[in-house]
Amino acid sequence: MTRTARSLRPKGLTAHLVLIVAVLVSVFPFYWTIVMATNTTRDIYRTPPKVSFGPHLLDNVRTVLDSIDFFGSMLNTLAVASVSTVLVLLVDSIAAFAFAKFDFPGRRWLFGVLLVFMMLPLQLAIIPQYLIMMHLGWLGTLKALIPPALANAFGIFWLRQYVSGGVPDELLDAARMDGCGFLRQYWHVVLPMTRPALAFLGIYAFVNAWNDYVWPLIALVNPEHITLQVALAQLNVGRSTDYSVVMAAVLIASAPLVLVFALFARGFIAGATEGAVRG
Amino acid sequence: MAAPPTTGPGSVAVDATGGGPGRPRFRPRRSAPAHHLPRPAARAARRGVLSFWPQYLAISPFYLVFGVFMLWPVFYSLYLAFHRWDGIGEMQFVGLQQFHFLMDDPVFWLSIRNTLAIWVLSTVPTLLGALVLATLLNSVRRFKSFYRIALFLPNVTSIVAIAIFFGAVFSNNFGLVNAILHMAGLPEVQWMSNPWTIKLVIALLMTWQWTGYNMIIYLAGMQAIPGEVYEAARIDGAGPVRTFLRITIPILRPIILFTVVISTVNGLQSFTEPQVLFGSNAANANLGGPGQAGLTTLLYFYQSAFSNNDFGYGAAIVWAFFVLILVLVVVNWRLVQRGRKS
Repeated sequence: MTRTARSLRPKGLTAHLVLIVAVLVSVFPFYWTIVMATNTTRDIYRTPPKVSFGPHLLDNVRTVLDSIDFFGSMLNTLAVASVSTVLVLLVDSIAAFAFAKFDFPGRRWLFGVLLVFMMLPLQLAIIPQYLIMMHLGWLGTLKALIPPALANAFGIFWLRQYVSGGVPDELLDAARMDGCGFLRQYWHVVLPMTRPALAFLGIYAFVNAWNDYVWPLIALVNPEHITLQVALAQLNVGRSTDYSVVMAAVLIASAPLVLVFALFARGFIAGATEGAVRG
Repeated sequence: MAAPPTTGPGSVAVDATGGGPGRPRFRPRRSAPAHHLPRPAARAARRGVLSFWPQYLAISPFYLVFGVFMLWPVFYSLYLAFHRWDGIGEMQFVGLQQFHFLMDDPVFWLSIRNTLAIWVLSTVPTLLGALVLATLLNSVRRFKSFYRIALFLPNVTSIVAIAIFFGAVFSNNFGLVNAILHMAGLPEVQWMSNPWTIKLVIALLMTWQWTGYNMIIYLAGMQAIPGEVYEAARIDGAGPVRTFLRITIPILRPIILFTVVISTVNGLQSFTEPQVLFGSNAANANLGGPGQAGLTTLLYFYQSAFSNNDFGYGAAIVWAFFVLILVLVVVNWRLVQRGRKS
């Protein structure tokens, strides 16, 4: 962007002021969650309420652990999110390679179906998905959470864009000259070259699986065997007025994800933005 | 919003950037590379179907899962909508009866009104706010990536956590908001009892979560506008506001159109927010709070299908709802398109 372009925009100071206010609004809930989680419920109920961090986090966490199997549900979530992320990356990347670089008969048609289904509200499929899981005997098990996550066409769509633009045909041709078949081109050329896109998709899939609520709520019929978000909601129902305890649970449930995001945010946002700019 | 099990914030985000389905306007730029399709593709024309077996094999794992867990379910739910079934007993064909019943069901229409109200209350401030913030962010040089990360953060937190938080802060008796009102000498508000404040809180929650996400999309679009365009405007004597209205907005129109479509599809699917906010109301756990003011259509769908085991009616609700979304998307699309002509 040129200097002239910038000088046409609002003056820097006002822009920063507005942005800082927006940032405060954006991060305030995180701050206030910590305030609530580290104080007693009585301190929060007080008028004026306590606005600084308190010493009661451990007590609150202990109450959480007495009420629900918090770490169990966290492990469940971790397992489901990891497995589905790895599967999504593998299944989607190899299909994306085929779509991006080979004009096989039916390619357009097959890809078109994906695009259409990406726009449908997923609730259209939920009742039959539930019935399928019932017939398979998977209701109440973590297995039930994997296939619907895999059936999402978004990853293929996103990776295909990246592969068709980001992996030069010359390189694939060279690999072919050297006698690399489809699988070896995929493994030795495409996968290494799409690492940023895979990182983005991986974080995205993991976050989605971690935060998913509706499908686990429906499919995990056994209240003993649930994921984190369902556990949070249950705790909220069970201790609806005991905010400090519920918020302590919210805090430890959200912290890992916020940390992961903070670590990879630059790449994550750049990945999304770069796609748009190149678009 | 992050409609399970798949569609999520991020999903849309990038989908946006790439130009999703049904939006061919985005695609030409992006899919341009696909046109000078690699030499392998050029050779393709001369090859038979069978010679592509590695490619078919490569896409087959996905299509297998997709066919069983997405394609078939969508059609089967349409089939279910013409039946009466509790999932255990005999399935009974009832023709259009479920839809007739739906038309006369006041709760269904209430849920539609609630959903639309919440959608308008959240989408308008979200998109306008995102546009303003993106413009400001595009104008500053320092701290850019800090702002982006901080403003995007709400989008990666779970709706359950956010809903619990908003429930605590807007609580009728002890919430932070009422405490502040009290200290300021203002009357407290029964946020969780009044039908409009219930919708307002849900809309606020959604706005908080989605503004940064839309901002990132707009920002990406703005960064793609070449500086010369602005230079030309400056030489012609256009001020910042005029430049914004006459240059930035028209160039961003396809992206704005995209975000409007996505906000329509996602914003109408609110479920988790009211479900968690009013989940503690044991008597009517899934009915969306006092006066059913937070009963969105998907909440009603969930209630019918999974609390009452009325799968036929649930399927009818969700299909009727889908048609409504479709109509709104088309109307919005037309509105934005007409805006261009005038």
